[in-house]
Amino acid sequence: MNILVCISSVPDTTSKINLINDNKEFDRNGITFIINPYDEFCLTKAIFIKESTNAKVTVVNVGGSNNDAILRKALAIGADNAVRINKEALNGNLVASCIANYCQEENFDLIFCGRESIDFNGGKVPGFLAQKLNIPFVNSCVGMDIHDNTIEVKEEVDNGQIISKVKYPAVIAGQKGLVEEKDLKIPSMRGIMTARTKPLEVIESSVECNNNIKVINYEKPSERTECKIVDSEKVNDLVELLSTEAKVI
Amino acid sequence: MSIITITENWEGKFKKTSFESLSYGRHIANQMNSKLIAITIGGNNLESLIQYGADKIINITNFNFENNNNTDIAKVFSKIIEEENGSTIIISNTNIGKKISPLIAQNINAGLITNAVAYPEKNNLLKVKCKAFSSKSFVVYESDYNKNIISIIPNSIGEINQITGKGEILNQESEIKSNQDYQILKRSKQNDKISLSDANIVVSAGRGLKGPENWPMIEELAELLGAATACSKPVSDMGWRPHSEHVGQTGIAVNPDLYIAIGISGAIQHLAGVNASKNIVVINTDAEAPFFKAANYGIIGDAFTVIPKLIEAIKQHKN
Ligand SMILES: Cc1cc2nc3c(=O)[nH]c(=O)nc-3n(C[C@H](O)[C@H](O)[C@H](O)COP(=O)(O)OP(=O)(O)OC[C@H]3O[C@@H](n4cnc5c(N)ncnc54)[C@H](O)[C@@H]3O)c2cc1C
Ligand SMILES: Nc1ncnc2c1ncn2[C@@H]1O[C@H](COP(=O)(O)O)[C@@H](O)[C@H]1O
Repeated sequence: MNILVCISSVPDTTSKINLINDNKEFDRNGITFIINPYDEFCLTKAIFIKESTNAKVTVVNVGGSNNDAILRKALAIGADNAVRINKEALNGNLVASCIANYCQEENFDLIFCGRESIDFNGGKVPGFLAQKLNIPFVNSCVGMDIHDNTIEVKEEVDNGQIISKVKYPAVIAGQKGLVEEKDLKIPSMRGIMTARTKPLEVIESSVECNNNIKVINYEKPSERTECKIVDSEKVNDLVELLSTEAKVI
Repeated sequence: MSIITITENWEGKFKKTSFESLSYGRHIANQMNSKLIAITIGGNNLESLIQYGADKIINITNFNFENNNNTDIAKVFSKIIEEENGSTIIISNTNIGKKISPLIAQNINAGLITNAVAYPEKNNLLKVKCKAFSSKSFVVYESDYNKNIISIIPNSIGEINQITGKGEILNQESEIKSNQDYQILKRSKQNDKISLSDANIVVSAGRGLKGPENWPMIEELAELLGAATACSKPVSDMGWRPHSEHVGQTGIAVNPDLYIAIGISGAIQHLAGVNASKNIVVINTDAEAPFFKAANYGIIGDAFTVIPKLIEAIKQHKN
């Protein structure tokens, strides 16, 4: 089986977002960029599949050389090879086009993406990619088993789950549940050593985008007014405040 | 050119989020002086859509949200959007919305703006404020596509008004052939509880509750308030609660009118998913818990004594 895991680079979950340049940018100084947490579940799942079926796992990122560090980490975690498509990730459509072009050359059976990137929370790339390749799209995937030429997937929906049978190739947008948190793979010493000898290929792409959805500026959420502390012996007061002041109950 | 709202229903019944996205569509239609078309599959009680502003309703009777896959649903909607010459398409950013909106955007070659939290700017309907960085910031996007899908975060537009209008209702069959590469085998409904994205009130609890056996009081409180239940990440990691309840930066993002956090410390990753809530109540034994800094109301106290009292107080209030 030939598996692709798409990886995006995002600010570490503990990052505070500070705005600069008249709120037109956020300050990247001091922010550590990490593998998008949803992608980590996918990468671990891909490596589990590799361990049980002797598949090949490739990781791909669309972006500049700053992202080589996260690709090396993915190699250390256990991917066989890494590809960086050298292009600024201007928008989801461009990213999906770059990856789709690459897929057309490589014939992947499974393409994993995270449910969304935790920076812009777009949740666009996986669906765009599936549609560009004209293959099934499974979103919010919380479980997966491989059969002969189909996969059985569990998808989260608003009020429960659905289980479906999907022919592959398919795009699977994963999240926690695809593997358990405690099973997430982390780089081992040996992994870090062998990662140095694994290929990190940089390819150019001629894909252009005619249209764009541009960031004009950012806004900070308004601060909350000071917290009103209610005496734990006077719980009635809280109910009163929620009813007459906040008007929510 | 027309304004189209995709309205979602479950077993025929329209969701609150659909009325919200209809109101959003109505707002834009008024500004552009154009018609608002509501489209759906497998809907019942279609008249209810008129009360939220639809001038025309197209219901596809041979598809539904429960049994058809994402690809097929997206195709059915894409076809109607093209037939009706839709220029701005509104959808709610629910689980289903997230699945089908990127597919539709590709099918009809439209721009996709996800996570909108406000109406577009008055004099520039392609400029929209959205959530980013899991609510740590907002971002204003401007699209240069001539067709756009705006996906709005549930419960972010505020008051939605019912109106008395007139609307035409069309029931149709779609000729789209279902794609056999993707077959739904089974659907498990978690329960009849309110789903997180539909809820006005969310009652959430963390590791401070000590163990899963202590959740009945959380559920009782939630039921009393008509609320959905949620939890912090460690609680779902330990299997005390299902994954689907995990809120935060790496879980579900919520923005109810009221979020009650019980025995949750308020780590930055937790706050990222909940600080868009309009009111936050924190109940924690530790006065120094960071959550109090993000809260509107707080009680410093032991959940095991405070929650039963709160349940009593709310029961009294209701009578
Ligand atoms: C990559 C990454 C992603 C993450 N994503 C998320 C996420 O999406 N969502 C999330 O929630 N977390 C996330 N976290 C974890 C986060 O950092 C915190 O560890 C977590 O939110 C803590 O959960 P908690 O508040 O339930 O537990 P704790 O931090 O252990 O807090 C328990 C609280 O309960 C209080 N307490 C104890 N006993 C009582 C009592 N009897 N009555 C009342 N209060 C009591 C304590 O004072 C304490 O404040 C993430 C972490 C990482 C590294
Ligand atoms: N620049 C990128 N390079 C590779 N994969 C990406 C990139 N951006 C997004 N993805 C993938 O698409 C998923 C969803 O991202 P997004 O659409 O940006 O929310 C991520 O979890 C990744 O798997």
